[in-house]
Amino acid sequence: MAKVFMDGNSSIAEAAIRAGCRCYFGYPITPQNEITEYMATNLSRRKGCSFVQAESEVAAINMVYGASIVGARAMTSSSSPGISLKQEGISYLAACELPAVIVNMQRGGPGLGSIAASQGDYFQATRGGGHGDYRTIVLGPSSVQELADLTMRAFDLADTYKIPVIILGDGVLGQMMEPVEFKREAPAEPPIRPGALRGAQGQASRIVKTFTSNPSELEEINWSLFRRYALIKKEETTYETFMVDDAKLVVVAFGIAARIAKGAIRNVRAEGLKVGLIRPITLWPFPDEPLKELSKTVKQFLVFEMNMGQMVEDVQLSLLGQGEVSFYGRPGGVIPTPSEVARVISRLYYQKGLK
Amino acid sequence: MKNVYTRPKSLKKTPFHYCPGCGHSIAHRLICEVIDEMGLRDNTLGVPPPGCSVFAYNYFDVDMAESAHGRGAAVATGIKRAFPEIVVFTYQGDGDLAGIGTAETIHAANRGENITTIFINNAVYGMTGGQMAPTTLCGMKTSTTPYGRDHILEGHPIKMSEMLAMLEGVVYIERVAVNSPVNIRKTKKAIAKAFEMQLNKCGFSMVEILSPCPTNWKMSSVQAWKWIDEEMTKVFPLGVFKDVTEKKDAD
Repeated sequence: MAKVFMDGNSSIAEAAIRAGCRCYFGYPITPQNEITEYMATNLSRRKGCSFVQAESEVAAINMVYGASIVGARAMTSSSSPGISLKQEGISYLAACELPAVIVNMQRGGPGLGSIAASQGDYFQATRGGGHGDYRTIVLGPSSVQELADLTMRAFDLADTYKIPVIILGDGVLGQMMEPVEFKREAPAEPPIRPGALRGAQGQASRIVKTFTSNPSELEEINWSLFRRYALIKKEETTYETFMVDDAKLVVVAFGIAARIAKGAIRNVRAEGLKVGLIRPITLWPFPDEPLKELSKTVKQFLVFEMNMGQMVEDVQLSLLGQGEVSFYGRPGGVIPTPSEVARVISRLYYQKGLK
Repeated sequence: MKNVYTRPKSLKKTPFHYCPGCGHSIAHRLICEVIDEMGLRDNTLGVPPPGCSVFAYNYFDVDMAESAHGRGAAVATGIKRAFPEIVVFTYQGDGDLAGIGTAETIHAANRGENITTIFINNAVYGMTGGQMAPTTLCGMKTSTTPYGRDHILEGHPIKMSEMLAMLEGVVYIERVAVNSPVNIRKTKKAIAKAFEMQLNKCGFSMVEILSPCPTNWKMSSVQAWKWIDEEMTKVFPLGVFKDVTEKKDAD
């Protein structure tokens, strides 16, 4: 298919439809309204599909839960304050081992914050987010093309591992326009997940539940979830490296920050500094092994995030002291330029005597 | 010999965990009888809530999917939108439907979601130990209104059936009680009517059931039955609050 010029939010919606999303439930919040509006226009009239503008984010995620129970590919999207409200439902989805796709086009916080792009929800996304002992797969796209690709992958991952998948984007990615190619055609009718509750149909009736009065039964459920999480970590961890082969300093960044970092690295490379980038694409599972591997040859790491330092903790945990970790962050919705980040990189480079 | 009572087929042979005199077991049985009589066992999905009836999934022999507290109407919306051919009913208590889930309930009703809600009103939070519910009567003592519910501090009991009946998307609402053989028969009729509304794709239907909670009301079962008649129905009068099929007949 030829490339089309599209904003990031719309590309998520189009990719979801092509991935067989049957139900979308949303609630307006900036900067992600284009997803909801695109679905209202393009999903609602498709055969077997349904769009609902819910009364709240809480209702929207619980509609996703309902749709997933009966086997539909279902999605909701929001931005930071709305994602906080969805955490109850995400915890229940995780507990019931139900697939779902949740898009967070992050904005500045805490509180109502700002409507500008931020990465302040990294902790919330990668630590489960809601109550209880669980994880979600978290994908961190950094271009409109990747928003489309990862949205399709998100539906597949959710179904394969019966797990909610978070797409952790931000306000810039959602709003900016880029050429994008959709690598799948939409199905004539979206799929139904085998094994979903569809009425007993002459068989024994079945139950989807989260509550048990027996702690050892719940413990076994927790173990079983974490065995699956270990499998996801083994099979699905993805990341990108950029100019790391001869690097003396490696920048670690995700999402739109990685895009800025790439520009900065090109700038400093032009000045002869040997700097590379590692970009986690799955934020959970986090690519700790590749970082550990890199630390055999690289001793200086600079973590750059559009927050006060959240992923930096995962980098430190991955390296376990094998390499020195510095941090540069801009919170609140401020978007640094590549030349600003380049200045930070070269200052660190010279300070550490790498030149 | 005439067979006067049989356990409904869609009610599992699991002994109820409910307290003696509790109305849940009667309501469960009535729903199962309706499911049997309408032949819906294979095509129904029930949505139980947190609360005393969280274990409803152990009793109904139909597919059951537990909802988060208060979110039953939203969950049922998702189920029905994704799979319109299924019959879906939520089973919700008063804290669930009239407290934490008020927004979800009102908006599902207002959208005219083609679902059925069974609303158990026993004027108290049962499972957590008898705290004040949104439907607790004024003057009624609970563990969080030890001096009696004071409307100046705690407001008046909320009347969900009356409120929801105002909405265009609602097609049928009746308040019934399970405190006497006559009322139990009426309750079953109301449940059947609500399911019928859904089968005919009419819109949102709800049956509010005044249900005894002798344990938290600190009464005997007989006293609890009487209390529904003498006190509860004064605030929550029984009757049909909305029935669009009747209106059509009148036209």
